[in-house]
Amino acid sequence: MEAILEQEKSVQVTVSGSVALLESLIAENVQTIFGYPGGAIMPIYDALYDYNEQLTHILVRHEQGAIHAAQGFARASGKTGVVFATSGPGATNLVTGLADAMIDSTPVVCITGQVFSHLLGTDAFQETDVINITAPVTKWNYQVTNPEEIPAVLAKAFYIASSGRPGPVLVDITKDAQLKTFEWQGYTKCAHIRSYRPKPHVRVEFIDAAAALINSAKKPFVIFGQGVILGKAEAEFKAFIEKGGFPAAWTIMGMSALPTDHPLGVGMLGMHGNYAPNVLTNECDVLIAVGMRFDDRVTGRLDRYAKQAKIIHLDIDPAEIDKMVATTVPVWGDCKETLPLLTERLQKQDHSDWLAKFHELALKEHEVVIEQELFPESGQLTMGEVIRTVNEITNGEAIIVTDVGQHQMVACRYAKYQQSKSNITSGGLGTMGFALPAAIGAKLGAPERQVIAVIGDGGVQMTIQELGTIMQSKVPVKILILNNQFLGMVRQWQQLFHDKRYSFVNIESPDFVQVAKGYYIDGQKVSERASLRAALETMLAHQDAYLLEVMVGKENNVFPMVPQGCGVAEIRLK
Amino acid sequence: MEKQEYTITVYTENHVGLLSRIAIIFSRRKINIESLNTSPSEVDGIHRFTIVIFETEVNVKKLVRQIEKQVEVLKAYYNTPDEIVWQELALYKVSTDEIAEKVKVERLLREYGARAVVIRKDYTVFETTGHREETDKLIEVLEPFGLIEFVRSARVAIIKASSGFHEKLREFEAIHPAADSLTIEL
Repeated sequence: MEAILEQEKSVQVTVSGSVALLESLIAENVQTIFGYPGGAIMPIYDALYDYNEQLTHILVRHEQGAIHAAQGFARASGKTGVVFATSGPGATNLVTGLADAMIDSTPVVCITGQVFSHLLGTDAFQETDVINITAPVTKWNYQVTNPEEIPAVLAKAFYIASSGRPGPVLVDITKDAQLKTFEWQGYTKCAHIRSYRPKPHVRVEFIDAAAALINSAKKPFVIFGQGVILGKAEAEFKAFIEKGGFPAAWTIMGMSALPTDHPLGVGMLGMHGNYAPNVLTNECDVLIAVGMRFDDRVTGRLDRYAKQAKIIHLDIDPAEIDKMVATTVPVWGDCKETLPLLTERLQKQDHSDWLAKFHELALKEHEVVIEQELFPESGQLTMGEVIRTVNEITNGEAIIVTDVGQHQMVACRYAKYQQSKSNITSGGLGTMGFALPAAIGAKLGAPERQVIAVIGDGGVQMTIQELGTIMQSKVPVKILILNNQFLGMVRQWQQLFHDKRYSFVNIESPDFVQVAKGYYIDGQKVSERASLRAALETMLAHQDAYLLEVMVGKENNVFPMVPQGCGVAEIRLK
Repeated sequence: MEKQEYTITVYTENHVGLLSRIAIIFSRRKINIESLNTSPSEVDGIHRFTIVIFETEVNVKKLVRQIEKQVEVLKAYYNTPDEIVWQELALYKVSTDEIAEKVKVERLLREYGARAVVIRKDYTVFETTGHREETDKLIEVLEPFGLIEFVRSARVAIIKASSGFHEKLREFEAIHPAADSLTIEL
């Protein structure tokens, strides 16, 4: 069929809505779809049967797994992830992933089947108002009832999902629109929507004002987020900080945009970030925020956040400017365009005394926290030494996908990265169960790279059924479970702030290695320091998927920590 | 900062579902919408929302940016009452017998700018147009005579300083918009 379409573009061809959808996906260079069939999307799956060679469909075990996999795919590849799900429960199972993709600005296009259009609003079998349910968690959504709309709507969907500040888009297609045929007029990519401004106009007067402020700074400090990665501006960012000699700290979402061992990299910001960047946020004189959104986990208490500093905020989304922190100079625009404009206006300056302050505080953090977390000599294994050993074996070349909780914070604190798009985690929404399916997508999005899913014993049980997807689609991801036999982050808070009243954090687990074996996935469990490195080497050298369960200290805590309700400078080392 | 009345004017595409997307921007932040009107605008195919809320200026500015972030929204403005010309329309249903007997209808019409829309044997419907205080006043007058039904429309407003949307739309239709299609205030 597609060959016919290709040849006879001028001649009109009659196609069904379903075929039009698949042709539209191919026109958008989509190769991989994560999905799960069901009644209201059957015509699309029927059409897919003939598209085996152009489109790879990964059958997941739950629709939440499909969207997290699409997110992982998008984050690792920089392309848009695609999801198929049926109406009703299929669509509602996407909601967590949509919310996650929305808050973490991940480009995803979801196609959901819908009941016949004459049944809309009748409480038909598996009917749900997916457009309204998903409105707050999508950048855009649309219901198709007429197949002729499909090419233009898909073009719009891909354009909106991937342009400007990216985000999830959902297209709901009624069953009659999937079945009905129409005259295919060809596919035109969308490049402009009159009511949509993906990139605000760059204003030179604000660039000039920002550059003047930066050039006058004695203690400039750069903080950066995922905007650098989404804007594909890693090189521009590096040139900017290197010319100015600025210390630069990353948010959890910005991590890996700059190699972790870069001499100007001073660590991670936020609640469990590094000591120096948190403390010195309240000592800098000019704070330059690049592609980040001042999340409360980064700022702590706002009325004690960088009050002494002039704030420059570079962001592509105008709604982020002044949302949390009032800016002195806003720099609206794509940082790929704005950063070079700033760099060319910079005077080369030496900030080595200021940078030395970061190193001084880093040393303190090393002595009080990091040394015993990464190099313990006795006692139970720590999460930190597991991550350190991974670093040593991979040289920081792996993609690390984390779930949510203590292991996430430890992995993000200690993992080393050489390349961008290497840290994939649920930053904004904090979705437990994210890592296993996201790792599947990441591996398919970057097949040449080693992908390691680091997951806690709690989170892994939320989407453990995706081991079935790994088995069936033969996705060689490495699953590293850090088992502390607790819902560790909640337990840590209960210990510190609720008088050790451990309320429902004591979680029991199955024999994960046996569960993996049930899915024909190899694995092993270690609890001894002496066997850790060999076990990790076995896992990473293994050709296929592999599950390694590491038993770690039950009641270890993640420090430093900015307690809730405190300013960043009140960060606790223990 | 004090909360005060703001009228938000939003120019949008005519798109199913946009009303709900705009409404949830307010409800998510637990902000009550005092009045909401949707209507065509001076430009063919472009819709116009008029929304009234009580908020601080800092918050209303943030809300307007969130509204503008919606794909189908072209532009949103916020204004204080002195920056707009606005009207609301109200209808009052009263018993014709009561009113004929006890009220000097003529005086009523003159003093409150009211107009009789329907006069039947059993009831009469009056209409007034004006600001909230004016439409409220007539309720007080009619209530003693058994006001059967009352309804007031949403606010419609014209921005005094606006030169309409024809010019603006041309900017939006260009692939590379003029700088001021998005305003930055320092």
